[in-house]
Amino acid sequence: MNGFFDIPSDLQHSYGGLIAIHLQEALVPVLVGLLLALPIGLLCVHYDWIYGPVLWTSTVLYAIPSIAFFVVLIDYTGLSQLTVMIPLCLYSLVVLVPAVVDGIRSVPEETNAAASAMGIGLARRYLQVQLPIAVPAIMAGLRVAVASSISLVSVGALIGNQGGLGNLLTTAQLYGRPRLAVTSVVTTAALAIVIDALLVLLRRVLTPWEPPSGGAAGRSGAATTAEDAATRTPEGAS
Amino acid sequence: MIAIEDVSKRYADGTVAVDRLSLQIPNHSITVLVGPSGCGKTTTLRMINRMVEPSGGTIRVDGEDIRSRPVNALRRSMGYVIQNAGLFQHRTILDNIATVPRLLGWSKQRARERAAELMERVGLDPAMARRYPYQLSGGQQQRVGVARALAADPPILLMDEPFSAVDPVVRRGLQEELLRIQGELGKAIVFVTHDMDEAITIGDRIAVLRTGGKLAQFATPDEILSSPADPFVEQFLGADRGIRGLSFLSTRDLELDRSRVFPVGSDWREIAGRDPEGTPVLVTDADGKPLGWADPGAWDGDLADLEPYGPSFEVGRDSLRVALDRAVLSPTGLAVAVDASGQVLGVAGQETVAAAIRVARQRRAADTPQETASASAKAGR
Ligand SMILES: Nc1ncnc2c1ncn2[C@@H]1O[C@H](COP(=O)(O)OP(=O)(O)O)[C@@H](O)[C@H]1O
Ligand SMILES: [Mg+2]
Repeated sequence: MNGFFDIPSDLQHSYGGLIAIHLQEALVPVLVGLLLALPIGLLCVHYDWIYGPVLWTSTVLYAIPSIAFFVVLIDYTGLSQLTVMIPLCLYSLVVLVPAVVDGIRSVPEETNAAASAMGIGLARRYLQVQLPIAVPAIMAGLRVAVASSISLVSVGALIGNQGGLGNLLTTAQLYGRPRLAVTSVVTTAALAIVIDALLVLLRRVLTPWEPPSGGAAGRSGAATTAEDAATRTPEGAS
Repeated sequence: MIAIEDVSKRYADGTVAVDRLSLQIPNHSITVLVGPSGCGKTTTLRMINRMVEPSGGTIRVDGEDIRSRPVNALRRSMGYVIQNAGLFQHRTILDNIATVPRLLGWSKQRARERAAELMERVGLDPAMARRYPYQLSGGQQQRVGVARALAADPPILLMDEPFSAVDPVVRRGLQEELLRIQGELGKAIVFVTHDMDEAITIGDRIAVLRTGGKLAQFATPDEILSSPADPFVEQFLGADRGIRGLSFLSTRDLELDRSRVFPVGSDWREIAGRDPEGTPVLVTDADGKPLGWADPGAWDGDLADLEPYGPSFEVGRDSLRVALDRAVLSPTGLAVAVDASGQVLGVAGQETVAAAIRVARQRRAADTPQETASASAKAGR
């Protein structure tokens, strides 16, 4: 492990510093992407006809290489982290918008009917009923978006050392120190795994209402009749 | 009182779901909308809480046009229960039930106290308060659905096939529970079902709808069974409407035979001598509770040799339908009649029941209008 944490001084960051920058550049765009995807997804569910065009647009954006984005953005945002984060944010939408849409659509019809029959308005219904029930689908999308964002950040090394751990790759080439490349790749992978584990944990915390092991227990009528009989009051038991 | 006045609903695609329907739904009673699938029951129910807007006609609650109130306020004044309960899967049972009180601005504390009270009312174990819907059976979820609808004590309860998705035994329990709760609370309940048996079991009045959303008949269960308005209603009732109609005739005036009932320890030789043909007698214990049938000529007094007497019926509570059923099931052809404490009052054969049916029919024909079928007959099925 000798030299694993030994980072050349011209990167202007320690090993820990590079990790911090990498995480920031990877996670902030996904977070912003999520904030965009929530209203966009809702609109797509509400107005079915815009979902197609929205999906198409996000797929096209996803197909544009980040280098192309950099070339355009450098004129406006310079050699900054922002130039790296804007394309990452747009990329995340290709996963997050469908995740939000699927999540909202996973709300059972009778749940929506019950909500509206109880006089729960549209905004309240979205925030208090549909979004919480959409959490599993959204978290699944978030895991994919975060993992891909963590790996994509490294490309930022191409525009003046804005690639977090990716900068180690260019440095490795420059100084002929392949071990730096190993450090970069191993650390990025470790980051992705740790963050993913945290997301899984977060999802557990947010969804105590989910049947264990992904719904095998089912919602309706799975439990026994005997259990039912047990809860019936004496009057009901004749 | 909910007054549905000449209401129609034509959907955007041209489907006429409800066609010029008029119904008066009284307070303190259960009105059932029954009919085949697609006849407009759900549409009618949803027009009452404005989840569907009528294309014509007016609906009034206690004289006031429902369009004159803000829609969400209107809905919060009407409980709504649906098939599969439609519980909020991400909320605990207690918080599900507390939903409407919270919407009405009650404090969390008060709403939860109210919810706990309702859990008890619908027969749910308080230990379930902190559970989530997936941890409950279908029947239990349906109880939560009823509790949730009752939480803010709305004067009106709308129920759309609430018990259709649970198995028959559980459904029976839920129906009895609903009748019990209604006995205590006296709401105006509109109950939708496609099951005529369920309609007869729980309805004070039944509106039979035919496909195309037209009213075929609106009457008490008893009237519908004894005089269906047209061939459609008759067919919908099924082949055994005559037998089912007996559910509304009381066993109170049944002529019971007491000469065949003897307490254990009686003098058997004397009994055998009295009836040389060996017609069976019912042996009871010292308290008058039935033990079983004996052939007086052959029986040696051993209780183990008695023939089981099968199910009995309770005079006054059970209907003539139950009495007839017991007679058919009995090994001797005689039904055992007991009082509320289980003591034998006498026995009745199929002919006796048939005679009682004739008397009840004649009496009914004499005092129309038919208000004989009421909650008391209902309790005895
Ligand atoms: N939103 C809708 N748009 C068009 N047609 C509908 C809609 N809802 C119900 N219908 C039609 O209206 C008729 C009555 O439906 P519904 O009230 O649900 O019947 P029921 O509850 O008695 O089964 C059916 O033919 C159904 O297909
Ligand atoms: Mg329906």
